[in-house]
Amino acid sequence: MPAPSTAATPTIVLVGHGMVGQRFLEELAARQVTERARIVVLAEEPRPAYDRVALTSYFTGRTPDELSVTAPDFMAEHGIELYLDDPAEHLDRASRTVTTRSGRTVRYDTLVLATGSYPFVPPVPGKDARGCFVYRTIEDLLAIEAYAKTAHTGLVVGGGLLGLEAAGALDGLGLATHIVEFAPRLMPVQVDEGGGAALLRTVSGMGLSVHAGVGTQEVLTGEDGAVSGVRLSDGSELATDLVVFSAGVRPRDSLARTGGLGVGERGGITVDTDCRSTDPAVYAIGECAQAADGRVYGLVAPGYEMARTAAASIAGTAVDGFTGADLSTKLKLLGVDVASFGDAHGTAEDCLDVVYADSRAGVYKKLVLDPDGTLLGGILVGDAEAYGTLRALTGSKPPLAPEQLVLPAGSGAPAALGPAALPDEAVICSCHNVTKGTVRAAVTEHACGTVPEVKKCTKAGTGCGGCAKVLEQLVDAELEASGVEVDKGLCGCFGHTRQELYEIVRALRLTSYRELLDTHGREAARGTDGCEICKPAVGSIIASLAPAIGASGYVLDGEQAALQDTNDHFLANLQRNGSYSVVPRIPGGEITPDKLIVIGEVARDFGLYTKITGGQRIDLFGARVDQLPLIWARLVAAGFESGHAYGKALRTVKSCVGQTWCRYGVQDSVRMAIDLELRYRGLRAPHKLKSAVSGCTRECAEAQSKDFGVIATAQGWNLYVGGNGGATPRHADLLAQDLSDAELVRLIDRFLMFYIRTADRLERTAAWLDRLEGGLDHLRDVVVHDSLGICAELESLMDAHVAHYRDEWAETLDDPDRLARFVSFVNAPDTPDPTVRFVPERDQIKPDLPLLTLDPPPRTTTPALEGTATR
Amino acid sequence: MTTLTAPRTRTGLLVQLLVSGNWFTVCPDDLLAPGRGVAALLPDGRQAAVFRDRGGRLHAVDNRDPFSGAAVLSRGLIGHADGRPFVASPLLKQRFDLVSGQCLDDATVTLTRYDTRVHRRKQRITGSESPPVPG
Ligand code: SRM
Ligand SMILES: Cc1cc2nc3c(=O)[nH]c(=O)nc-3n(C[C@H](O)[C@H](O)[C@H](O)COP(=O)(O)OP(=O)(O)OC[C@H]3O[C@@H](n4cnc5c(N)ncnc54)[C@H](O)[C@@H]3O)c2cc1C
Ligand code: SF4
Ligand code: FES
Repeated sequence: MPAPSTAATPTIVLVGHGMVGQRFLEELAARQVTERARIVVLAEEPRPAYDRVALTSYFTGRTPDELSVTAPDFMAEHGIELYLDDPAEHLDRASRTVTTRSGRTVRYDTLVLATGSYPFVPPVPGKDARGCFVYRTIEDLLAIEAYAKTAHTGLVVGGGLLGLEAAGALDGLGLATHIVEFAPRLMPVQVDEGGGAALLRTVSGMGLSVHAGVGTQEVLTGEDGAVSGVRLSDGSELATDLVVFSAGVRPRDSLARTGGLGVGERGGITVDTDCRSTDPAVYAIGECAQAADGRVYGLVAPGYEMARTAAASIAGTAVDGFTGADLSTKLKLLGVDVASFGDAHGTAEDCLDVVYADSRAGVYKKLVLDPDGTLLGGILVGDAEAYGTLRALTGSKPPLAPEQLVLPAGSGAPAALGPAALPDEAVICSCHNVTKGTVRAAVTEHACGTVPEVKKCTKAGTGCGGCAKVLEQLVDAELEASGVEVDKGLCGCFGHTRQELYEIVRALRLTSYRELLDTHGREAARGTDGCEICKPAVGSIIASLAPAIGASGYVLDGEQAALQDTNDHFLANLQRNGSYSVVPRIPGGEITPDKLIVIGEVARDFGLYTKITGGQRIDLFGARVDQLPLIWARLVAAGFESGHAYGKALRTVKSCVGQTWCRYGVQDSVRMAIDLELRYRGLRAPHKLKSAVSGCTRECAEAQSKDFGVIATAQGWNLYVGGNGGATPRHADLLAQDLSDAELVRLIDRFLMFYIRTADRLERTAAWLDRLEGGLDHLRDVVVHDSLGICAELESLMDAHVAHYRDEWAETLDDPDRLARFVSFVNAPDTPDPTVRFVPERDQIKPDLPLLTLDPPPRTTTPALEGTATR
Repeated sequence: MTTLTAPRTRTGLLVQLLVSGNWFTVCPDDLLAPGRGVAALLPDGRQAAVFRDRGGRLHAVDNRDPFSGAAVLSRGLIGHADGRPFVASPLLKQRFDLVSGQCLDDATVTLTRYDTRVHRRKQRITGSESPPVPG
């Protein structure tokens, strides 16, 4: 049934969910079009868009899931309907409908075709035999991988960019691999004769057999119908078990053709600079489109540009049209560096070449220059080190003589030309169109201190990866230039590390963030509001030291309240729809039936979702801000305390059942877990703290994955420290053995306080211990042998913490002023937030997420900003 | 049906926002602590996040976090970057300039902002008035 479509909510239908299609959806979402329109995506493949450019990395261990370029919640978050495994088969422009294979018919107001390409298979006899493959989708790779298990020899038809990649993959699968290329050299599109020769040498050197200048005439099959070999145009035959066709791609324009849209002579849906086809209601983007300059682009970067152009056109915002793009490429095939950029073949009038060749080493470099010395393009084979710099210099006069740019380092040439020579406008990352100026600004203005941060901030280097080298050099150079080697300061507001700030707060007994900022902050930050990084960090330092420096131990008192992240501020964990979760402390995981019943009753009465956590306690989800005090009033009355699931503080001390019940147990692990949890509850730290106690060496409580873990021995307790689960698991190190109860507690006191004093912001004990100079031995010296003479002080700090601990929720409930902040609206305290909503799932609730389709606020775009905003 | 309560104030000073051309009272001035925000329900059903920075200046933007759709920006931390005040979303930490509404981490996103003032009866005390932003 065609879905209704009204003028108020127009329907945009996207056909094809590849890389460009997904980018188009992201561009729509960024322009809030997803809130105003119904969006339907019809996809042929059985999985959401993935990184086709990195397809080959499947063979080096990347899973299909890891290849995905579609964030798991993207569709739900933006209310987009995605139909997988159901290609569009029919387009009727008169009724504006698209019909899919399964018979689904969707009416569109705007149609966007992003159907990509299909691999071209030359029409040779036997091309459909068992054992013949193409190399385009994850499914293709899975099929090749399965078939290769029984094969010994593989053959790739086509020695272009993709053919070499496929050949590298077959080689990696352990097959003796042949490449058959019709042209007289490999990669004929990208490299010239000289480059082809160097490339041939390197590829042959890797053990692949290259047959250039011959065509594939026939695929030969055995009696069982499976591939047994190929016959070549020179009459010879090659035996092979498997054939991969990689003889180029053709735009998938059949839907457009049958729908009566204009297509180019050699295929590709013709579009204008807005990416509109001959029907203004239909756009085409990516590899299926023939751009306004008459070209069909087989690369992802131009496709992304088209996605942006089409989205802007649909959103009605002005944008430069798509008029064409750069065709530079760098081959990622293991072991061979090949790159070409700009006018690689020297097609411009009067242009001149500068060539360096060393066929023994398989190196060939050519630069194409115009007579006045402007760099027009080039080819690099065997040594593509300079690719990033040279590509970015294209179109300008390089600051060095051209021959010096191609000579190998150490042969009288000056040190390699660094990215310092590039102008700010030079494009460093062509996949995402990021200039040198943008990368520099990421370092200088956005305080990115590492390459990953710059990647995240600018997107540079997150496409094909071809710019990784130059990006790294540039970031390093920029960091060096911006003064010190690397700024170790906490954030843009403080030049001190967390450890230094801890010492300052302790020594000067500073209890105010403002005072600390105004006296010890960076010059420009004094007198300001600071930032979201240093506020919670300083809040945590003040809380850790509260009894010792005379600060309030209640984290929401006075100025301290304004420092806390939202979780600490509401003493609960913020969830994705603006609701909160509630986690009462259940020390050691031990709980009475009566208390279990209270939790059950509270959850039932407030309609909360309940779940047993990985930390041996119970999480209640879905509370609105205004319900938190009511819920906690019930819990506190029943004897529960805050579980600090929201704080960088002690979380849980897990236990195993231990000696009391278990036939193997040698100590009372439950009692020790409860004692430790009660001792350290409420302790604020640089990051969260977790612990566990096991009753014997079988380790059922998983103590060795904890920040401090305890395992019972016949003589007492072994203490392990620095363990971690999470993304980078680390087994804890044994710090001391056979401790008595009192010895154990003293040692943990010292360990924790030493960690709190010296760790970085958000540094778990595992990372801290790995960083600590002298490592475990040094730690043991300090906390066991008291080599620094600070143990008495560490112990007294912990004693003060224990003595001053009070339950945060009980304190909050006692004070009407504190309770006043638990409202959804300051001017309507009794009104719950109407945007926090739930839907049923498995007899409980879950957040109602298509929130983005509700009440879309009009976007206030000031034209001035739009025009000057950097991309 | 939601009723918006008229705030009681100890100082006689009120925080107001300019909503569709009219000054709309949000809360007593002394309720808004520096560095921390509050959410207000507006007559048209929208929500505003209202902040006071440590210099005493008021700022108000749409409460809805455009990246998650949740109405939570009032619960974010505020700060200064390059001398300009911002609020960081408590969910995924994107920062928004409080004066222009512009997202500092994604130039394509801009929040609606509201003009603000502190008001005693008919008299204006301080404020940040500029021509209303077209809705
Ligand atoms: C609820 C729970 C999952 C569950 O359903 O079981 C959970 C939920 C969250 N975990 Fe966890 N973790 C939970 C047990 C764990 C465990 C298992 C354990 O504790 O034994 C681990 C691995 C052990 C470890 O920490 O080393 C774990 C490793 C993480 C990490 C990674 C930490 C790391 O060092 O790599 C994060 C991220 C972080 O803290 O920065 C995280 C963060 C989170 C946050 C706080 C993410 C967030 O900021 O919203 C989740 C919010 C909880 C909430 O809203 O209430 N959670 N998380 C578990 C609560 C335990 C509890 O009772 O307090
Ligand atoms: C192995 C390999 C390596 C590559 N390396 C690079 C590289 O290094 N650099 C570079 O720039 N580019 C590279 N490319 C090319 C790059 O992958 C493409 O340019 C890019 O994927 C094009 O994106 P697209 O969305 O236009 O097409 P695609 O990614 O092909 O997506 C089109 C999607 O539409 C679907 N579809 C087609 N018809 C229909 C229909 N009727 N209904 C529904 N769905 C349909 C298809 O199944 C497909 O999922 C490489 C390609 C391959 C295969
Ligand atoms: S760790 Fe030992 S004592 Fe504890 S439950 Fe397992 S086997 Fe029993
Ligand atoms: S050039 Fe492809 S990621 Fe930068």
